[in-house]
Amino acid sequence: MATPIALRVLEGHARSYRHTWRGTTIGAIVTPVLFLAAMGLGLGQLVDADRGGPIGEVGYLAWLTPGLLAASAMQAGAADGTFPVLGGTRWVKTYHTAVASPVRPRDLHLGNLLWATIRISVIGTVFVVVAAAFGAVPLHRGLLALGPAVLTGVAFCAVLSAGVVLLVRDQFLAGLNRFVVVPLFLFSGTFFPVEQLPPAAAAVARVLPLWHGVELTRALALGTQPAMAWQLHLGVVVLLLVAGVAVGARTFDRRLRP
Amino acid sequence: MTPVVEARGLTKRFGSFTAVDAIDVEVAPGEAFGFLGPNGAGKTSAMRMIGAVSPVTAGHLRVLGMDPDTQGAQLRARLGVVPQEDALDQELTVAENLAIYGRYFDLPRRVIRERIDELLEFVQLYERRSAQVDPLSGGMKRRVVIARALINDPEVLLLDEPTTGLDPQARHVLWDRLFRLKQRGITLLLTTHYMDEAEQLCDRLVVMDRGRIVAEGAPSQLIRQHATREVVELRFPPDSEVDVAALLAPTGHRIEVLPDRTLVYADDGDALVREAHERGVEPTAVLTRRSGLEDVFLRLTGRQLVE
Repeated sequence: MATPIALRVLEGHARSYRHTWRGTTIGAIVTPVLFLAAMGLGLGQLVDADRGGPIGEVGYLAWLTPGLLAASAMQAGAADGTFPVLGGTRWVKTYHTAVASPVRPRDLHLGNLLWATIRISVIGTVFVVVAAAFGAVPLHRGLLALGPAVLTGVAFCAVLSAGVVLLVRDQFLAGLNRFVVVPLFLFSGTFFPVEQLPPAAAAVARVLPLWHGVELTRALALGTQPAMAWQLHLGVVVLLLVAGVAVGARTFDRRLRP
Repeated sequence: MTPVVEARGLTKRFGSFTAVDAIDVEVAPGEAFGFLGPNGAGKTSAMRMIGAVSPVTAGHLRVLGMDPDTQGAQLRARLGVVPQEDALDQELTVAENLAIYGRYFDLPRRVIRERIDELLEFVQLYERRSAQVDPLSGGMKRRVVIARALINDPEVLLLDEPTTGLDPQARHVLWDRLFRLKQRGITLLLTTHYMDEAEQLCDRLVVMDRGRIVAEGAPSQLIRQHATREVVELRFPPDSEVDVAALLAPTGHRIEVLPDRTLVYADDGDALVREAHERGVEPTAVLTRRSGLEDVFLRLTGRQLVE
């Protein structure tokens, strides 16, 4: 039986990863752990001195951990939706060669998403295990919370790759990080509840898909109720993923089969 | 026998720009067929439609009897493609680059391993199989790309500017390999803006200009039809005011005045040089050479191929 084409692409990712994992993965694991130590342990002492504040009875470290998990997954997804795609279309141009074989543009999109799913899951698992060792989250709850976190990361990967595949210049990259990824990372309820923002900014934050991913992840990690109905949170993230896959199928085709 | 390529009125438009303008092409199995023309002539666009990576805007196209627009994946499984840019993953080894590409065709891993050995032997890079691609020379990388294009044992090899940017020696090594593939019965389709490449490799070619085919035939036949046996190249000092064309007009030969030199088409070059001398033409340098496809192109389009 023929191997589904996206899986053949996935295999290619896995093969080249053997040469690149140090550079791309260590950072993705170390950075959130550093945040966890600095914010959770350091800043957390200040926050916890004021028990009963906006985050409720739970300690800051426990509250922060799922937020960091979801936000780091988003960051990893953003990276996977950017660098491999630009490598394929512009830097190395392997995508152009791949589509000369039976591989179709949408297989490249799906293959990259599958690869991102694996990579984000691995990064997230390592983070959860480290956080559990810190006593920041019970291990089983942390692993449960991986689900929505990975889904969030993959959804961002899908949407970003759908756009990035059309890029003909690299200068957009710095802006993407500065104006999209970092603000999302900081203001989506990762480090503090969005209620702490001025009302207008809080309303904006609640529309951002990352906030919905964070709420789901936090609810599972802490065993609490999310801010809105979980179906709504899940719906937003799934919608982002579906849109990324569907739009990507078109944009990949437009770029690679002119 | 089914032709490898059968195109009638094949057209490619990007918005209002017509890259390929209703061309007719037929390529027989085992042939080495070339698209010759300057940059922007539509060669690559034509090749991309044939390779089923660019949809046909209008016209009829069958490749190996298949419709590239509806049977693309099936067709691409039987083609090998050497793109203009190598697109090799520099961080991977030579063998890994080939292996990843082989998996795109769903070839069993064992078959891929065997083919990699055979193919690297063929392109004379076997000893580099476990080396990274990055430090290889341009000519070596090009040979890796040819090996990659052969991983699925294709019936047709599409080569887009296969030797652009290579030094003369590397080009000859490459031509030799391509010639062997042709001897094995693989159909070669190539684009080039080098006359010598077209003359070396192609049984038959079309000369393209601005999306259209302006001539078609075997290289020698095209030269016979559109040029004389010999060409005399005359060079003059930059500030020369001599009107060579007027002085030589009575000889009845075709004259092309280019920015840096003047070409005179004559079957007997030496006789022409003597006659020019008698008519008072005093060039600083004279070169008599056999005419080639360059001259054909100049004749057909009034422009030079490589400017």
